[in-house]
Amino acid sequence: MIKKREMVDGAAAIARGALDAGCNYYAGYPITPASGILTHMLRELPKVGGIGFQGEDEISSLGHCIGAAMTGATVFTATSGPGLSLYSENLGLAIMMEVPIVIAISQRLGPSTGAATASAQGDIQFMRWGTTGGYPMIVLAPTNISECYHLTKRAFQLAKRFRTPVFLATDKDTVMTTESVSVNDMKNAPDWPKIPNGGVGKELDPYQIDGEIHHYTGSSHNEEGHITKDPDIIAELNERLRTKIESNLNELSLVKNDLQHGADTLILSYGISARSMEAAVKEIRDGGDQVSSITIYSLWPVPEKAIQESLVGIKRIIVPELNHGQYLREIERLVNRDVELIGVNRVDTILLTPDEIMRAYHGS
Amino acid sequence: MDPKHLDTYIAKENLPYAFCPGCSHGKILGALSDSLKRQNLDPSEVVIVTDIGCVGLSDKYFITHAFHGLHGRAITYASGIKMQNPDLNVVVLIGDGGCGIGGHHLLNAARLNSDINVLVFNNFNFGMTGGQHSVTTPLDSITATTALGSIDAPMDIAGTAQVNGGGFIARATAFDKDLPELIEKSMRHDGFSLIDIWELCTAYYVPRNDFGRKDMMVYMDGMEMASGILQETNRPSFQTSYKNIQEKASVQNPISGLELETIFEHSLTKPIRIVLAGAAGQKVVSAGNLLASAATLSGLWVSRRADFPITIQTGFSVAEIVISPEPVLYSGIVKPDVVAIIASEGKSKVSRLTLAMDDSGVIYHSDGLGNIESEAQISPLDFPEDVQQDIRKNLSALTAAFLTKKLNMFPFEALKEASRQIQKPKITEINLGIFEYFED
Ligand SMILES: Cc1ncc(C[n+]2csc(CCOP(=O)(O)OP(=O)(O)O)c2C)c(N)n1
Ligand code: SF4
Ligand SMILES: [Mg+2]
Repeated sequence: MIKKREMVDGAAAIARGALDAGCNYYAGYPITPASGILTHMLRELPKVGGIGFQGEDEISSLGHCIGAAMTGATVFTATSGPGLSLYSENLGLAIMMEVPIVIAISQRLGPSTGAATASAQGDIQFMRWGTTGGYPMIVLAPTNISECYHLTKRAFQLAKRFRTPVFLATDKDTVMTTESVSVNDMKNAPDWPKIPNGGVGKELDPYQIDGEIHHYTGSSHNEEGHITKDPDIIAELNERLRTKIESNLNELSLVKNDLQHGADTLILSYGISARSMEAAVKEIRDGGDQVSSITIYSLWPVPEKAIQESLVGIKRIIVPELNHGQYLREIERLVNRDVELIGVNRVDTILLTPDEIMRAYHGS
Repeated sequence: MDPKHLDTYIAKENLPYAFCPGCSHGKILGALSDSLKRQNLDPSEVVIVTDIGCVGLSDKYFITHAFHGLHGRAITYASGIKMQNPDLNVVVLIGDGGCGIGGHHLLNAARLNSDINVLVFNNFNFGMTGGQHSVTTPLDSITATTALGSIDAPMDIAGTAQVNGGGFIARATAFDKDLPELIEKSMRHDGFSLIDIWELCTAYYVPRNDFGRKDMMVYMDGMEMASGILQETNRPSFQTSYKNIQEKASVQNPISGLELETIFEHSLTKPIRIVLAGAAGQKVVSAGNLLASAATLSGLWVSRRADFPITIQTGFSVAEIVISPEPVLYSGIVKPDVVAIIASEGKSKVSRLTLAMDDSGVIYHSDGLGNIESEAQISPLDFPEDVQQDIRKNLSALTAAFLTKKLNMFPFEALKEASRQIQKPKITEINLGIFEYFED
């Protein structure tokens, strides 16, 4: 049988996922390693009657996206850490105004300008807590190119259903490395649970000529969209913004379990580091040991139930990630004190190697 | 609703305004309502985008659509709304404060000629936060943050929009009888329009500076800031121009991925990690693509990382290729199996990698690169005798051919086919010529 493979990078896969999800508006500002997504979207959108716009900065770009979304566009933007910093205030607006918007973050290393061309996973807590108020964020993390495509599509479904920003957490290598991918894997989504149709609350009714009149606002507001100081109304609004996500954790939870009976060690990872984990797990098993692993696709909200279910018989959890242990913190609060937690971390521009995960496993 | 029956666009049930007595903000809102009436617009055809500040309280007083976002960013939302639906009339209500913090958006929207209508409620200070200095505070004025008088030059908001190419720019005061007509004119203009409307903050600026309507006019004269229409151009708006882009683009095919079928057989039993290290301009990355595509045509799995300085036309150029019988999980390379070095820039860039190699690895290098520190086997890139004249120009393609012969991963024919499938015809012709030297 003839096998068909595609040579593609994550930027193209993400852009294609967005277009296939019906995205018709993109605004963004160039930044390595996310610029590939901008280039693809600005080239492709006008071909299909959509709009691609390079804003004067990231504040403007996200502002344009929000305006367009409230007028009925299916919007998308992408950036890296420095741009995410500038997105911060508008992210809060998008939460408060309940704007469906997908944001791809191609992480690079370090604070500030850092290392622009090195992969990192140092912004996963920043995506979660990147704006005022502490409201829940939905963050999905692909580990490879076909998942870039499928999780981007899923992000659009979630953004629409929950009327909220949804992040796609990637990194330099996922976005910029070209790989061969099976054409079938690009076409057919993995066996993930379907997102139900419809909204968890009122679906967005955009500004339309002859449509119902809408006042949308970033202030604490009543049903009419007008600022209010009534504690009861404000409490209800803020509670709803939280619970619309937190009461649907099962639906949002997405992981890949690879559990082995009798294993007492679980390796847990996400994004690009999950690939190093998978390679390490193979070698450990080839050496005759039993070991379990879990790949987290839905980084936020933390899929607590799915993680806890994979803990049966586990005495030790190893968490490889390209930061100083940001997701380990989340695991720490989920497990008993007698479970040993080991972080495998790297912040030197080099991807975590399967070897160092194995060394952590063998305790050497 | 038939708009002809509307005598106002103000939501009467929400009156009175929350503004201080004598504040000019309400006057401008009245003029806006009158101008909408003059245009006979249906409320659903209008989106009023308010910035932050006392002016930002205005959205609730209109029966049109409204949007209330962040301080200084109103212009960005308005422009996004207008791009998505050019049939809507989008009006921004923004203070002098908003024009300061969001000045970058103001001048860029003017430059783009984005078809939105900006009404500046310019009362020379921040009303909402307690009368602090703003970008338009006149010299020597007392504000909450300039107790001894402002020492910096005020910004000319209309002038700023004007020099940046905004299509319709005017200056007025909240007291002008013809303000509704002026607003109407600005709204009918296809392109960016801005009216810098001077007015009074009776809570702060007026009492602190003993500044009334007359003083405002004297100040305007003194600053030689003319009122009335300052600029009217017929440059097409961004939205109109973008339609042309869409039309031009619509005849192009959407980009599709590069699909490669498995038509050769490979002879690899375990992954091999190859690093090509050269200099900018040597087409190192494209040689990496050739090897990766040839491997893919042979049923192998690949990843190809490229590394080069941000200033792309200088310095090193490195391609890291992992070729594997199984899908590649770890795409990084910390200890290569094979390194080919074809320039000194590349040599120093990969020195960390070559140092990490042991005698199971091989380093091939071109002439004149000096000593390479490594425990790997080191051997020259010895191309067939007769290719010398091509070497300088096509070192990367030669190296790809050399490695294909040496490493025995896939048939040489796969490399040729890769060139045919992924490269431009002209390049393919050159490369196929080079590859011929390697045929036995
Ligand atoms: C990012 C940010 N910084 C500061 C503020 C606080 N703030 C609210 S209104 C305002 C000034 C508004 O002045 P202006 O735009 O002139 O409107 P006015 O109140 O005079 O109508 C400021 C600084 C804010 N809302 N957001
Ligand atoms: S503080 Fe100034 S701008 Fe605000 S409402 Fe009062 S007078 Fe008007
Ligand atoms: Mg003001």
